[in-house]
Amino acid sequence: MTVDAVIVGSGPGGATVADVLTAAGWSVVIVEKGRNHLLDPDQLSQPAFDYSNDEIKFHNRYFLGPDPLIEPRTFRSQEEDGDRLHVGEFNSVPTTVGGGGVHADGKVPRFRPDDFRLLSQFGPQPGADVADWPLDYDELEPYYAEVERAIGVAGTEGSNPFAAPRSGPFPMPSGAPMFGAIRSSEAAEKLGYHPYPAPSAVNSVPYDSRPACNNCGFCAFFGCPIHAKGDPIAMLQRTMGTGRAELLAETFVSRVRIEGRRATGVDLVGPDGTERFLPARHVVVAAGAIETPRLLLLSGLDHPLIGRYLMTHFQTITAGSMPYRTYGERGRAVTHVHDDMIVGDEASRAAAAEAGLPWMRGGLVEHSGGGLPIMEAKHMPWGEHHTEIMASSPIRRGLWAFIMQGEDLPYATNRVDLDPAVKDARGFPVARVTYKPGKHELVASAHYSPRLMAILDEMGAQWTAGTTSPGTGNASLPEAIPESRHNMGTVRMGPDPATSVVDPQGRIHDLDNVVIADSSVFVTSAGYGPTLTLAALAARAAHLLV
Amino acid sequence: MPAWLTDAEFAVLSAACDRLIPPFDAGPGASEAGVPEYIDRLLGAFTFDPPRIWAGGPTSGRYGGEAAFTTFHRLTALDELAWRMRIEGSQGRPEREFNGPVVGLQQRYREGLSALGPDFTEVDEAEQVARLRAHPEFTELLYGHSCEGMYGAPEYGGNRDGRAWVAIGFDGDVQPRGWTDEEVSNP
Repeated sequence: MTVDAVIVGSGPGGATVADVLTAAGWSVVIVEKGRNHLLDPDQLSQPAFDYSNDEIKFHNRYFLGPDPLIEPRTFRSQEEDGDRLHVGEFNSVPTTVGGGGVHADGKVPRFRPDDFRLLSQFGPQPGADVADWPLDYDELEPYYAEVERAIGVAGTEGSNPFAAPRSGPFPMPSGAPMFGAIRSSEAAEKLGYHPYPAPSAVNSVPYDSRPACNNCGFCAFFGCPIHAKGDPIAMLQRTMGTGRAELLAETFVSRVRIEGRRATGVDLVGPDGTERFLPARHVVVAAGAIETPRLLLLSGLDHPLIGRYLMTHFQTITAGSMPYRTYGERGRAVTHVHDDMIVGDEASRAAAAEAGLPWMRGGLVEHSGGGLPIMEAKHMPWGEHHTEIMASSPIRRGLWAFIMQGEDLPYATNRVDLDPAVKDARGFPVARVTYKPGKHELVASAHYSPRLMAILDEMGAQWTAGTTSPGTGNASLPEAIPESRHNMGTVRMGPDPATSVVDPQGRIHDLDNVVIADSSVFVTSAGYGPTLTLAALAARAAHLLV
Repeated sequence: MPAWLTDAEFAVLSAACDRLIPPFDAGPGASEAGVPEYIDRLLGAFTFDPPRIWAGGPTSGRYGGEAAFTTFHRLTALDELAWRMRIEGSQGRPEREFNGPVVGLQQRYREGLSALGPDFTEVDEAEQVARLRAHPEFTELLYGHSCEGMYGAPEYGGNRDGRAWVAIGFDGDVQPRGWTDEEVSNP
């Protein structure tokens, strides 16, 4: 039987498409190469309970995948480095049912109108291929509202003076503010910034048959043990509940088969290694901005821009040690953020001009607590003072941090292609990433880092420190590899097939029935986490199909 | 009785772990906390059924709920391939060498412990530290695993009775209790 659509990937993009299509009566097969720890295998419309507050399992043993021994990626900073510098992880997003939504700590901001029109608003940037998106905020707003309701987003309307206009309220009020975030917000406000409760895909009240968050604190890089994080389990539960969807976990899509202007279906490799063809009327690829271009290249598509313009968000990380306990382990990881460093001010414009840049933008600043004990211990020295230092806990109990998700501009040289030699355990070439930040990212980070430290000083920090991800200068591996977990832009959307891979409806140019529904299509990266925007784009693409 | 190491290797491992994470005030040192058991059970993960790779969920029972961490997850064929490669190494098997040979943890520990010397348990602490510093690559590996065994969930064999968490003021896994809004915002 030919299904209406096969959807490659079960993360926020694929789950959103599945939700929309099955609600419209379509039959779908969702193919996910990772394991299913999200849904009850005996009743897929219900949650599973495999997740836990277990640092070993989630931080040290690849429970959510990908395991770099089985599915490595390769990395080099530039072509001059040779075939590769590194084999292993590159900015991994979970390979599991639910994809990146499982490990995210749930911040789901919308982009702002400026984010869709960088070129017309600010002009070109030397070395980067800055462009406007082929749609604007107003066109996407109804889909933002739709996916906020579908996921369940908590937020406080009117709290962010820079926020884009909304057609309706947040589905839920914001949850409890973290102790440290209350203090960092007070300090930021004193210095003229505008912190606000982070829009979060975390239930503040029972929502959609899932409970309110109970503030356990194990959010980032963990699955939620009680499923208070809505993204994307909410969409997957609804999808499976329609009876019109099949979920194939532990199944790899090795090729989209193309005949003329149409895809006929996909080649699958099942859990036992058995290969088969799955015919489908439509193919939706939502495998993320590394694996999606990999699949298109494995499928023989040869558009020269497939894989180009990889963006990851350049992270500026500053931390301060407070003379008081910050309680960063309690609450939903990040309850406050501010946009001031995206919007910019006279000082940032002067810094850009001094550096010879026509303009620059930072990113969303997350107000965040410290780490978990294994992570902390690995950063501390061994020997006679180890336990004494751990008890004083310099980077956990007293730590407060800011992470700025700096806008990463699109450079054609930052790209994904197929590694010429390294393969995954199934025998297919892996994605090779060529990436290094540009001048814009470095200048913006250098400008904003001391300003973030000043907020920490205002909080009373005994010391502050700053770093970036990826590292700068002559950073060695693995520090030269980004760890933002935000990958975007490798299958660019646009109206012109000469300068984009995907049309404004999300379909690959010249193919009538292949839709890309993830952050691969992003034209620019904004300074906000990509999840809500990619889900809104996926919802829009799905509605345009039915 | 160790799951994978010999008794002699386990003794050297215990002494080495105690040099990396020695006792302090009321806090346990590594061997008292069970760090050597954690490492031995990782090296011998496949002597258990299911293999001791991923503890279960969603709760440990320490703050209510069932003691589900003690039921380890079953592995898929690919999971098992990955973890056998990581622990046992590729051992010349083609299905494990699709990107070349892999040296496993078992071999690295066997060679690393051997390099510390059979008399490691008998020499004084300064000499033990000197030998660890003389083998930085192995010591880095050992320290990373020692941190996991010391401060991870007790179900993996280390952090006995959660005493290491108590020593550093960490509450551990708190589901299903979590924290009240008051405890979050105004503790």
